[in-house]
Amino acid sequence: MARMKFLCDEERCIECNACVTACKNEHEVPWGVNRRRVVTMDDGLPGEKSISVACMHCTDAPCQAVCPVDCFYTTDDGVVLHDKDMCIGCGYCLYACPFGAPQYPQEGAFGARGKMDKCTFCGGGPEEDHSHEELEKYGRNRLAEGKLPLCAEMCSTKALIAGDGDIVSDLFRNRVIRRQGRQETWGWDTAYQD
Amino acid sequence: MTLSKRKKMMSLTGILMLLAIFLLPMTGYISTGFANENEQQAKITNPKSDYWRLVRGNEKGYSAVKGRETNELIQGSGQNWRALRNGPVATYGSWMIGLTLAVLALFYLWRGKVELTHPRTGETVERWSVKERRIHWVTAILFIILAVTGMSLLYGRLVLIPVFGHHGFSAYAEIAKWAHNLLGPLFMVGLLSMIINWFKYNYLNKIDLQWFKDFGGMIGDKHPSAEKLNGGEKMWFWSLTVIGIALCLTGLVLDFPNFDQEREVIQISHLTHVITALVLTSFALGHIYIGTIGTEGALEGMVTGKVDTAWAEQHHDLWMKELRQSEDSKSG
Ligand code: SF4
Ligand code: SF4
Repeated sequence: MARMKFLCDEERCIECNACVTACKNEHEVPWGVNRRRVVTMDDGLPGEKSISVACMHCTDAPCQAVCPVDCFYTTDDGVVLHDKDMCIGCGYCLYACPFGAPQYPQEGAFGARGKMDKCTFCGGGPEEDHSHEELEKYGRNRLAEGKLPLCAEMCSTKALIAGDGDIVSDLFRNRVIRRQGRQETWGWDTAYQD
Repeated sequence: MTLSKRKKMMSLTGILMLLAIFLLPMTGYISTGFANENEQQAKITNPKSDYWRLVRGNEKGYSAVKGRETNELIQGSGQNWRALRNGPVATYGSWMIGLTLAVLALFYLWRGKVELTHPRTGETVERWSVKERRIHWVTAILFIILAVTGMSLLYGRLVLIPVFGHHGFSAYAEIAKWAHNLLGPLFMVGLLSMIINWFKYNYLNKIDLQWFKDFGGMIGDKHPSAEKLNGGEKMWFWSLTVIGIALCLTGLVLDFPNFDQEREVIQISHLTHVITALVLTSFALGHIYIGTIGTEGALEGMVTGKVDTAWAEQHHDLWMKELRQSEDSKSG
């Protein structure tokens, strides 16, 4: 069985936000909710680097551990999904998540939280595959169509890769070996003079 | 060559030699100067590691997606919050509530009700005005609703899901969340008016110390003196004031996410909120016990507002004396 993983290569990401836009469009996520975002460090300075991040579908997921109604489940593919029918919008998963993945549409005054929304690895939700309910609540279910997450498919530099963890790491390893330019063996220059 | 000339030469070479002794070792700096340049080259860091260094240092970056903390790639404190909430806070919290209940039950079995030592006189005095009783009961009922709904969020997954099932519990939890969020601020109003109205009865003094030394008359046969409020009641008041205000303030932080509080603030507030709530809940259990089945005649004071003079004499002798004196001075 595949274990789905995301990987973002900071040597390649050019902060074009195509992944963010693709995701927003594909799943018609509500206003104010972004399932994916790009974070840049040293923005505008030499050495600036960016990484695109969404839910990482953690093993031993913190969100899952703290949810008072226990509405998360991990699919056989290692994708962490949740049941919006059960979610009470308490915000706990957001407090616990390292990546700020859980998002809430505002429901009512004073920023009261609606039902949590997050990246599904384009894997829909507990509703029947391709049903209208699934589309409405969780967005498109590309995994059920045999496709991979659209953000990664759209990435022009292929910085963002998604799919079976083994294949993703093979791809990345090959890339690192062949990569021109800055060495990946950081520190060898200092350690070895010959 | 004259003697004076030779002397001059000698002193000159001496000075030169001294200079050489001092200066020659310093030539080392010429070579280390070059070395510094090399080092500087080595100091140009790897932007890739810089990125992660900044991220792990909780440094904020830039993100085109605008919102609360969207420019922070990783927040590490959530894991601590998770570990503390699911671990010691939930575990010791349940122990504390459980032990309190057990101690109260055992105490009741051992001591039983603290009964009136003298028969009722049939004559009553006013202990709590209508306004005071209203504040008490509104705040008390809110406290119970908040304690039950709050603990449902902490322990429901463990205790209630096996009973009601996932969907059943979730339906209840949704209502519980809304009730908790809406009634919380009302409780705060109740608590504050309680503090303001009863502040004047709650100055601590030596009488209270003696009251505690005699275990409030609950253990042993002593009848320690007490004013309108005894030492125990005063301690309950001050716990409510100090812990209760911390509880309310942290509750406000959690209740209004629209002020863009950061997650770290929320996590600390949440833990404080849970701990203070559990402590107050176990105190409240003691208060409820003493006020109902623990003491004969105590509950009627808060229900009808009036207490029997025999009860007042036994539990709040100084207050009773004061009442009698003011009565005498009025009639006299
Ligand atoms: S929501 Fe956050 S904690 Fe949960 S699986 Fe996704 S990245 Fe992990
Ligand atoms: S917001 Fe919803 S999914 Fe997140 S912890 Fe609360 S109930 Fe669970």
